[in-house]
Order: sequence, then structure tokens, then C-alpha cells
Amino acid sequence: MADVTAGSAGRRSWWAGIGQGRHVLGLLFLLPAAVFLVLFLTYPLGLGVWLGFTDTRIGREGVFVGLENYELLWIDSVFWLAVFNTLLYTVGASILKFALGLWLALLLNQHLPFKSFFRAVVLLPWVVPTVLSAIAFWWIFDAQFSIISWALIKLGLIDHNINFLGDTTNARLSVIAANVWRGIPFVAISLLAGLQTIPASLHEAATLDGATGWQRFRYITLPMLSPIIAVVMTFSVLFTFTDFQLIYVLTRGGPLNATHLMATLSFQRAIPGGQLGEGAAIAVAMIPFLLSAILFSYFGLQRRKWQQGGGD
Amino acid sequence: MATVEIRGVKKAYGTTAVIHGVDVSIRDGEFVVLVGPSGCGKSTLLRMIAGLENITGGAILINERVVNDVPPKERDIAMVFQNYALYPHMTVGANMGFSLKLRSAPKSEIDSRVQRAAGILGLSHLLDRYPRQLSGGQRQRVAMGRAIVRDPQVFLFDEPLSNLDAKLRVQMRTEIKELHQRLKTTTVYVTHDQIEAMTMADKIVVMHDGVVEQIGAPLDLYDRPANQFVAGFIGSPAMNFIKGAVGSDGHAFACDGGASLPLEGMVGARPGQRAVYGLRPEHIRIVEGGAPAQVVVVEPTGSEILAVARLGGEGGQEISCLFRERLSLAPGEIIHIAPQKGMSHLFDEASGARLVD
Ligand SMILES: Nc1ncnc2c1ncn2[C@@H]1O[C@H](COP(=O)(O)OP(=O)(O)O)[C@@H](O)[C@H]1O
Ligand SMILES: [Mg+2]
Repeated sequence: MADVTAGSAGRRSWWAGIGQGRHVLGLLFLLPAAVFLVLFLTYPLGLGVWLGFTDTRIGREGVFVGLENYELLWIDSVFWLAVFNTLLYTVGASILKFALGLWLALLLNQHLPFKSFFRAVVLLPWVVPTVLSAIAFWWIFDAQFSIISWALIKLGLIDHNINFLGDTTNARLSVIAANVWRGIPFVAISLLAGLQTIPASLHEAATLDGATGWQRFRYITLPMLSPIIAVVMTFSVLFTFTDFQLIYVLTRGGPLNATHLMATLSFQRAIPGGQLGEGAAIAVAMIPFLLSAILFSYFGLQRRKWQQGGGD
Repeated sequence: MATVEIRGVKKAYGTTAVIHGVDVSIRDGEFVVLVGPSGCGKSTLLRMIAGLENITGGAILINERVVNDVPPKERDIAMVFQNYALYPHMTVGANMGFSLKLRSAPKSEIDSRVQRAAGILGLSHLLDRYPRQLSGGQRQRVAMGRAIVRDPQVFLFDEPLSNLDAKLRVQMRTEIKELHQRLKTTTVYVTHDQIEAMTMADKIVVMHDGVVEQIGAPLDLYDRPANQFVAGFIGSPAMNFIKGAVGSDGHAFACDGGASLPLEGMVGARPGQRAVYGLRPEHIRIVEGGAPAQVVVVEPTGSEILAVARLGGEGGQEISCLFRERLSLAPGEIIHIAPQKGMSHLFDEASGARLVD
């Protein structure tokens, strides 16, 4: 009996010692997560960055070449074209996704008949695998069999097929359209969820205060939705900026590199082209853009002063 | 400043009728309280006045103009919601000035009107805060401030005090009343609390299941309730209802389970008719030769004594009595009680209609 008491007391003081060294204990608990992070997140990222400083090719160990890859990219007009394309694609598609997604969300938030049916329909583009929808768009944009050309010709609006993917401007607009189609559900459904958190009594109070429909949107809906808009659009911009699948199926970057994005160019140089070092350098060059988007969202995502739990 | 006239107003949601023809007329500057149990259609009626709900039948007139098809923003009405409905992303000042801003009033005018309203309500030091940084009572004041800044034709209040604690409720009750005396704006105030109705109203409208049971000044409703529902709803503690029959001579009421109580000024009752005798606890006196009753429970509060007794002794109907005097009562004791003169009521057993005048 006495032994047991003494033993447990001794153990307790050992534990108490550990407990007092909170930092030691904290580090101990952090260890598994840290190992996981290092192995699965940092290692591939580090390897990619390292490859960017080497002249590695497929099947041949590279050597450190410093900034040579970046110097080459600096004077590479195709790279700069890809940067321009990526920015155009991201900005154009994000603005359209935001505008159309918000509009759809506002529509779905009205009292419609068959409301849940329409909500399900809106989600469709999101649940279809990207490659499948890309193939569908490939047909829709086909030079000979495009349903859009066919319909417009039947309506008598045009007299020959539109060259959707063969002309540089058309190709850019076409891939943006396909990306917008695919990205709208995410924006619309997220914003719809946000709209539904705005109490109806706020709209009623604003109506009695004399607000028109537009003023209610401008002064109530939009500001109250702004936190969720920041989240949704940050994700949307990140997805769009790093898009690969749609472009790769639809145009492979053509015609004349007009739709090459940084992601597709990086892949093309690295894998089919075999220049792993150069491909990695292009991918690394995306990081500053992504970081600035994340920084932007960091400030955008900060709790508004008026939100519950926000800083005073 | 405006009159409000509600004429035969009906409301149905789909096929469910919730308001079955209500008539109320409100004079300029009057403070009218709509009172009734939860779900009786008070908010619906108020929202129809505001224009937030369509009117299914009948008409609502503001300043003698039918407003059935006038959109809310043109009715010039301000409403204080139960949850206050403050704009969370605007400061107190911006909340209060929002309606003026929508009307493109000059900034100097907005500021001066907001300042004045804030002064009246004691909010001047809070104008830069956000609603989430305010206490319940302060939010309530901001909601009122938003209403008075506009200087509207009519104020509507929908249970504005029900989210406050009891003490604050009493204080805000007085403040709202003072505000009304100062501004003299026509006011319609909805509550389920009969004490709020009694203390604040110039005129009370008692509603029940979508119909108006009675309209009148607070003390009229207390003294001469038109039916058993109003009698039971107005007054606290609630009126006793004693089942029985009118005596053969028409001057006494024979209670079921024994004892008999005096009747006066009977209008529509025949001798022998089944009826309900209404007697408020505070109108019961102990008198020699009164009806015998056996005390069951005694609850002294200091200022008064609430006693529950069985009329006619064991097995009789329970009634509550409120005595101002410091009587020493004990459970089991037999007391002799009688109604204070002119303070008893009689209602038809089936319809609940008042039978005495
Ligand atoms: N939008 C609605 N659809 C259907 N029934 C409703 C609706 N709003 C209120 N009701 C019904 O109308 C009745 C009156 O409601 P309300 O006016 O809110 O009552 P009160 O304010 O007196 O508590 C209730 O029975 C309620 O269920
Ligand atoms: Mg209500």
C-alpha cells in the first residue's frame, strides 16, 4: 500500500516536471506534424526550387548552374508571352466568374419554383471531371462540327464556321469561356451560402429606410458578403492561375503559343522537352505571383472590424 | 403626424387564414398597443401596416389614403424590429443616418439630425461604435434612434423589449413612453406582455387567433372586459373564473362544488343559466357572512399576501386571493370571502361573452 502511494507520487512529480517545461512538451507534440510537413510539403517544393538552379535533363543528373535558367527565361519571348497569357486568363476568367457567379447566386436566392432543382443543375459543371468537360468543349469548339457555329449558321447570323481554336484571339476567348463555365458553380454556390446568412430583417429595415433594390444590393448585400467574396475569389484566382488540364486538352498552348500558360509551358519544357531544370524555373517563377495573391487575400480575409470576433 | 385606419383587414398565407377581418382606427399622435398571445397575428398586422406583407382583404389607410398598393418606402413609416435589425457593417452613426443618406440629404444635415437623435437617446458617445460593440439596451436605443432620425409619419414597434432583461425592460418602457410624449408621433406597438400594454398604451387592441377581442383604454379593459378571454389576459395575477349557475332569484351565483357569491347588475342572464363568474384576486375581501373557503397555500411577499383557497371547502373550486392587510392565515383554515362591491364579472359559459354591465 505504502509502496504504491510513493510510486504514484514519484510519477506525478515526473509528469509535473514535464508539464512545467511546457515548451519541451509542446515541441514533442509538434514533432509528428513537423515531420509530416517537411516530408510531404517542403521536400517536393525544395526539390523543385533546387532543380530550377540546375541544368538537369531527363535521364541525366544536372549540375548547379546558378541563375542561368532564369537569365535564359528573362530573354525568352515565349516565356513572357506565357506570363501575359496567364495574367490575361486569370484576370479575365476571374472577373467573369465573379460577375456571373454573383448574378446566379442572387437569382438562386430568390423565391423560385423548383429551387433545389436549379441549385443542383448549377453544380453540374463542378462535378464533371475536368478532362471530360474539356473534351466536351473540344467538340463545342471544333473547327468543323462546332454546335455554336452550326446554330449561328442555321439562325442566319453568320455564313461560315468560326475558327474557335485556330485563331489566336478566338482561342484565348474560348479557353477563358471554358474555364468560366467550369468555375462558376464554385463561386455561385459559395456566394449563395453567404447570401443566406444575411438576415431578411436587414433587407426589410433597409426597405423601410427607403432603399431601392439596387441600393439594398449596394449598401447591404455587397458589404455583408465581402468577407466571403474575399475567400471565394482568392481560391478562384489560385485555381485559375495554376490551371493546366483545360488548356492541355483544348489547345496544348497553341495556336502560336497564344494560350500557353506558365503551368503548361513549364510542363512542356520539362517533360516532353526533357529540360527539367528550365521547366522547374518556370514553375518557380509562378511563386511570386501566387504569393502576392495570397498576401492580397491575407489582407482581404482579415476579419472586418464589424464582424463578430473582429479586432476592436 | 398621421392617422391610421385598418378596415376589415384579412391575411392568408396560401390557404391558411391568419387574420380574419380586423378593424382598428388610430388617431393622430395616439399610442396604440396591439397585445395578444404569441401567434395571434400581431406581427403580421404590423408588417401589413409597414408594407412588408401583402394585404389579402380589406384596406389600410394612412392619413385617409388607401396604402394597400403603396410600396413601403413611400409610406414614410419607421419600424423597430424585435431583433433590432441594425446594419452590422455600419457604425451607430451610419445606422442612424442611413435613411437620410439614401435620400441624398446633405452631410451637414445628416450629422445634425443624427447628433440630435443621439442626444435624446443618450448615444452621443457611441456614434463611432459598431453594433456588435454595444449592449442589448444600447442596441435597442440605436434601433429607436434610426427610427426617430427620419421623423416619420408613424412608428411601428414589434416586441422591442422582449430581448432585454426584466430591469432594463421596465426602464426602456418609461423611455419609450417619454419619447412618445416628446415627439407625439402616432405609434403602433406590438407586445405579448399585458403589463407593457397596460402601462404604455393610450389605447389597447387585444387580439386572439387573428381577431380583435376588444379595443379600449387600459383601465376600461381592466374594469369591463368584453369577454372571458380579455378578462383572463389583462391583469396580473390573472382573474379567477368560477364555474356555476345563476341562482333562481337572479341575485346569487351558485358555484359548482359549494358556496354562493353575490351577483349585481346582471344584463343577459336568466335565472338558472350556466355561467362563469369572474373575480380578480385583488377584489376579494374577508367579510363576516361571506362565502366560506378553505385556505390551501399562503404566499406572503411582504407588501401583500397571495392565498389560494377552495370555495366551499374540501373539493371546491380553487381561487386566488390577494390581500393587502397582514393577515395571519394558515393552510386548512376556513375564511369567509366576498367580492368588493361592483367588482365581479359574469360571462356566458359557452361563448365567453360578458353578461353583466
Ligand atoms: N410566412 C408565413 N407563412 C405561413 N404562416 C405564417 C407566416 N408568418 C406567420 N405565419 C403564421 O401566422 C400566424 C401569426 O403570426 P405572427 O403575426 O407572427 O404572430 P405574433 O406576432 O402575434 O406572435 C402564426 O400562426 C404563424 O404561424
Ligand atoms: Mg410577433
